[in-house]
Order: sequence, then structure tokens, then C-alpha cells
Amino acid sequence: MQEVVMPFNNQEMALLCLLVPLLPFIGFLINGLGNRKLPKALVGLLGSGTVLASFLISVYLFIDFTSNGSRPYIVDLYNWFTVGSLEIGFSFMIDQLTLLMLLMVTGIGFLIHVYSAGYMSHDEGYGKFFAYLNLFMFSMLVLVMGSNYVMMFVGWEGVGLCSYLLIGFWNKNHNYNNAAKKAFIMNRIGDLGFLLAIFLIFITFGSVSFPEVFLSASQMSGLTDSGVMIAITMLLFVGAMGKSAQLPLFTWLPDAMAGPTPVSALIHAATMVTAGIYMVIRSNVLYVLAPTTMEFIAIIGLITALVAATIGLAQNDIKKVLAYSTVSQLGFMFLALGVMAFSSSIFHVLTHAFFKALLFLGAGSVIHAVSNEQDIRNMGGLRKWLPITFITFLIGTLAISGIPPFAGFFSKDELLAHVFEHNKLMWVGGLLASFMTAFYMFRLLFLTFFGKFRGTEAQRSHLHESPSSMTIPLIVLAILSTIGGFIGLPAVFSDTHTLGNFLAPIYDLARRANGAAMEAPHIDHATEYILMAVSVAVAVIAIIIAYIMYVKKETVPAPEGTGLSPIHNLIYNKYYIDEIYDTVFVRPVMALSTALHRFVDVVVVDGIVNGFGKLVMVSGRVLRLTQSGVTGFYVFVMVASIVLILFLNFFIG
Amino acid sequence: MNQMPDVIRTIPLEFYLYFSTALFAIGVIGVLTRRNAIVIFMCVELMLNAVNILMVALSSYRSDPNGQIFVFFIMAVAAAEVTVGLAIIVMIYRNIRSTDVQLMNYLKW
Repeated sequence: MQEVVMPFNNQEMALLCLLVPLLPFIGFLINGLGNRKLPKALVGLLGSGTVLASFLISVYLFIDFTSNGSRPYIVDLYNWFTVGSLEIGFSFMIDQLTLLMLLMVTGIGFLIHVYSAGYMSHDEGYGKFFAYLNLFMFSMLVLVMGSNYVMMFVGWEGVGLCSYLLIGFWNKNHNYNNAAKKAFIMNRIGDLGFLLAIFLIFITFGSVSFPEVFLSASQMSGLTDSGVMIAITMLLFVGAMGKSAQLPLFTWLPDAMAGPTPVSALIHAATMVTAGIYMVIRSNVLYVLAPTTMEFIAIIGLITALVAATIGLAQNDIKKVLAYSTVSQLGFMFLALGVMAFSSSIFHVLTHAFFKALLFLGAGSVIHAVSNEQDIRNMGGLRKWLPITFITFLIGTLAISGIPPFAGFFSKDELLAHVFEHNKLMWVGGLLASFMTAFYMFRLLFLTFFGKFRGTEAQRSHLHESPSSMTIPLIVLAILSTIGGFIGLPAVFSDTHTLGNFLAPIYDLARRANGAAMEAPHIDHATEYILMAVSVAVAVIAIIIAYIMYVKKETVPAPEGTGLSPIHNLIYNKYYIDEIYDTVFVRPVMALSTALHRFVDVVVVDGIVNGFGKLVMVSGRVLRLTQSGVTGFYVFVMVASIVLILFLNFFIG
Repeated sequence: MNQMPDVIRTIPLEFYLYFSTALFAIGVIGVLTRRNAIVIFMCVELMLNAVNILMVALSSYRSDPNGQIFVFFIMAVAAAEVTVGLAIIVMIYRNIRSTDVQLMNYLKW
């Protein structure tokens, strides 16, 4: 029972906890300050080595944690600042959820660092790239380890910054810079919500530290579905919307593909975008007290999953397809959160991290092979040249489509079973989205790896399998995508849902706060089998349709500029959401700021500043006339002034 | 033998006040109206000494020696000031062949 989270006094363990985020930060400092001087091999070694060390420490922490009775603890490093009754400690909290995120972030982060060493080897910004990646790791680790909302916010902002830096990594390209700015600004909108939520939490509970907030939330009466709880959870969710690319703040994620491919894999698929889900699960006590918000989250998640999946059907850029599939999968995770299947959601986060990182890195390998071509219309038949990439990519695609026994099957199936229990209509929506997911992922696979090569002769002569520093991470991730699902076997196969049992203690307080909402779904085994069969059948049908369309008939998506049917045109252009945002928000804001510039800035502010200058000049011009240079006059003024002062002093003072 | 304060006290205090005020006023008017630097200078000395008289008178009426000590300081400083002031006036004369302060109006815009 997680009664009170105890502070932790073991010095060595505290140091180890500190080292987890600190090592990547040291890597960032060395690579960042010395990136022009250090040899490339050393930069790569430092960048990957620090993350590997963090991963090993995380593994050690995990073993230590489980062998010592799985008691969460807090490592208090120092008091960061105190304002009135608000005390913010620089402290880490180690519990089941944190450890899971730590292992995922550092483990996948390490693989992607190794991959980057190969992928970026020809880039002139090699050192800069590793510095940013390490800074990102540091921020992400602070985010998941922080023991209060302010620490979480620091990490939250840090990953936002790194995301901005890495999307605009090739900053000589203006479009990439715009994509980076878009990501940053969209995230700021979400961050504002998060910040307001923190203020509200402090006002309501008098603290921002996780154990204190959750304990008092579970003990206060009359909170369930009260206005303040809905406000807090909604505002937190606004933050999650921005970071995890949910409707309506999702348009930055597809644009974020401007960054180098390892960045897309690390930040925009596996780790940072799951921060929103982590935050919701971390605040599960607050969320179970606001069922209205939960319903809202489920709806947003479902709509996001469907909208992104439909857009994904018609995209021709290999990374864009993966980006929309990421948005869609994140929608799934929020759908699961909305129906209070927290463990299923984090399970899907984990498996998604495996296969989406794998898919992105595979896409990177493809892009690397075909000389930076990203349009799948100009690919085809690549399995002959890229056998390892093909097989690993196939595994990733099978996993995301939900084909047993790959990881995605178990997590998605469990997630959909919970949704089914909650609301049948939502389940149909989720099934539809997963049908589309299977279809567009296999469309991508078939267009890329099957058929004849459609690129230029120059590209054909350069086709080659990627170096081993890139293929080894692919293989490791493929293995994880294959077996990763077995940590959460559904009830029909096994009684021990390893992941679910491991995570169960973090919901203790939530169960006490609102027990009814946290009831585990009771689906009998027959229903569960049927649900599984249906979702597999749907995926298989989608795969067969994709096979007939793109392998048998060898359909190739129409080139730019040809007429498309209205619906196809609509989803090809992403429902014109970017254009709508441009008209509704960007242009009015631009017009407003132009108007403000012309009036407030030029007229009012400049007027006041220049006015003071003019006033001084004019008064100087007048007052200099008194400087006659005649000594007698000066003396007279002096005497008159003294007399006046004495006079006033005598009669008034 | 009478002490100096006793001698001073043989004259009523008001007389000293009227006298030194008159002396000071003469000094001020001299400074304001005369153009010859040396005369102005003498008027300044007149003002200083008007103050000195007042100091001495008040000091003895109040039986407080501080006032007389001040007077010594003022006389010493005035002596030093006179040497500097006269040196300046000599330099002015050498430059413009006159000691008329109205002619010295270079310090203006």
C-alpha cells in the first residue's frame, strides 16, 4: 500500500538516481562546448556512452527497487526555492511508473544514439546533434523523475526546447525553421494550460509535490466531479494535448518530420510525445475524480485516432505516413486513458515506443539508401537491396497492425477490450482506426519494398544496406517489437499480467478516492476471444486489401497535380486543417500585431520616448538663455535665492 | 583686570546685531553693484567680518567659547582665500588690462 512516500536516506542510491539525468547532461556540456574541437568518434562515444550508463543505472535501480519490496521513495537533493508556503524541492521520485519510463527512455534513447552515430556520420553538425540529443535525454529524465509538478514542468519545457532545436536542426532551410517554430508555439499553447493547472493545484491542495497532492486529493471529500477538479484535469489535459499532439493541437507533429530521422524516432514517436500520457497517468488520482474530463479525453483521443488515420491513408511521404500513424496511436492511448485503462495505455506507450522507433529508424535507413528521397512513389522493390531493413520494417508493420504475436497486438487488444467494456460505439471507432492503420502501414510497406524500383538511375546505383551501427539497433528493436507484448499477456492466456501487476500500486490512492471508477473490467473469456478475433480479422482484411491494391495491381499513388476525387483530395490535404488554422488564427494574429506595431509601438511607445528627448532639448534651448556669463547676475541670483529660502523658512517652515 | 567677555558685554547685544547686519548688507550690496573686482573682494571680506563680529558677540553673551574658535578659523581661511583671490585678480588684470568683472563674461553659451 502506497501510504506515504518515504524520503530516502541511502546516500549511494541517491547519488545513482542523480547520475541518471546528470550523465547525459555532462555529455551535453562536453559535446556542446567542444563540438568543433572533439574528434567525431569521441563525440559519438560520449553521446551514446552517457546514455548507456544511464540505462545501466536505471536497470540497477529497477532491480534494487523490485528486490526491496517495491516501495516508492523520494530522493531529496536540495530545496530548490521557497516562496511563502510553497516549497519546491529539487527531488526525484522513484516508483513503478518512473522506473518503467526510465527504462524505456534510456533504453530506446541509447539505441537511437547508436543509430545516429551512423546516420549522421556525414553531417557537419555531428557534435551539435549529439549535444542536443543528450540535452533532450536530460530533460526527458527530469520530466519522468521529478517528484513534483514544477520539476515535471522543467523537464516538460526542456523537451519542448530540444524538440524545437532538433526539428530546426538543418537551420539553413527556411521551411524547417518554420516547422520548428510551429512545434514550439503549439507546445506553448499546451504549456500554458499545464502552468495554469499547476497554479490551480497549488491553490486547491497547498502543495505541488506528487505524494502530498495525491494524498490530500484522495482524502478530501466532495471533490468528485467538482468544478475545480474538472478545471485542473482539463488544463492538465490541454498541456498533454500540445505535447502529445492531440486534436486540435496535432498539426505540429507531422511538420516536425523536418528534423533528422533519428530525432523523429526518439522525440516525435517514442519518448517526448508520450509525456502527455505519462502526466495523465501520474495524475491518475486527480483524473479519476473528474469523470467528465475522462469522457472528454476519450472522445478527443478517438477523434484524433480517426482523423490522423484517415489522413495517413493518402500521404506519400514515408515519414509523414509514420507521423500520422504516431498521432493516431497517441489517440488510441488517450482513448484508453479516457476509459481509465491506465495500465493498458502505458502498455501501449511501451510497445508503441518499440515498434514506432523501429519503423522510423527503418524509414531512416530507407531514406539513407535512396539518397534522401522521401516520396514512396519514387521507391519500390527495395527489399532486394535492403534485406535487414525490410525484415525489421515488416516486423514493425505487423506489430503496429496488431497481428499476433507481435507487441502491438497485445497492447492494442487489451486497450480495445477496455474501450469495449466502456462504450461499444467508441470500440467501433477504435476498430475502424486500427483497420485504417493496418491498411496504410501495409500500403507504405508494399510501395516501398515491393514491385519495381521507380526512382532515378542515379539513385538505383547508390542503393545499399546501411552500416551496422544502423542495422543493429533495428534488429534489437525488431526483437523487442516481437516479444515486448509478452509482459502484458491478456487474461485468457495467463493469470499474471506482469505489467499490470507491477503498476497496480500506483493506483492505490485513486482506488481509494473513487473506487467505483477504478473497477477493473470484467470481460468473460468468450467475449475476449471474440474481440481478439475481430481485431485480428480486421487487420488481416486491411492487409489483404492493401496487398491486392499495391502488389497485385501495382497501383502507384497519383503524382502531384493530377485530379483527385473530392474525398481523396480532402484527406490528401489533411482536411485543410493547416489552412483553416492559418485563416482563423495566424492571419488575425498577424494583422493584430501589425496594427499594434503601427499604433502602440510606433505612435504611443516611440512617441513617449522621443517626446522626452524633445522636451529636454526644448527646455535646454530656453534655459541656456539664463547663462549670460555675467558674474554680477549670478551673484544676484544666488543672494536672491538665499534670501528667498530664509524668507520661506522663517514664515512657512 | 576685566575679562574680554565682560568688556564685550558692556555693550548690549542688540547693538552688535544691528551693526553686523548693517555691515553684512553693505557687503552684499557692494558685491551686487560694484564692477571692480577688488572692491567686490573687499565687500566679501566685509561680509565675513560682519559674521565674525556676530559670532564673537554671541559667544560671549552665551558663555560659549566655540564661537570664538570659529572666528579664528574663519580669519585663517579668509587670509588664505585672499591670497588666492588676489592672485586670480592679478591674472585677470594681466589678461584683459582691467579688473571689471562685466568684461569677464566668457563662461556662457
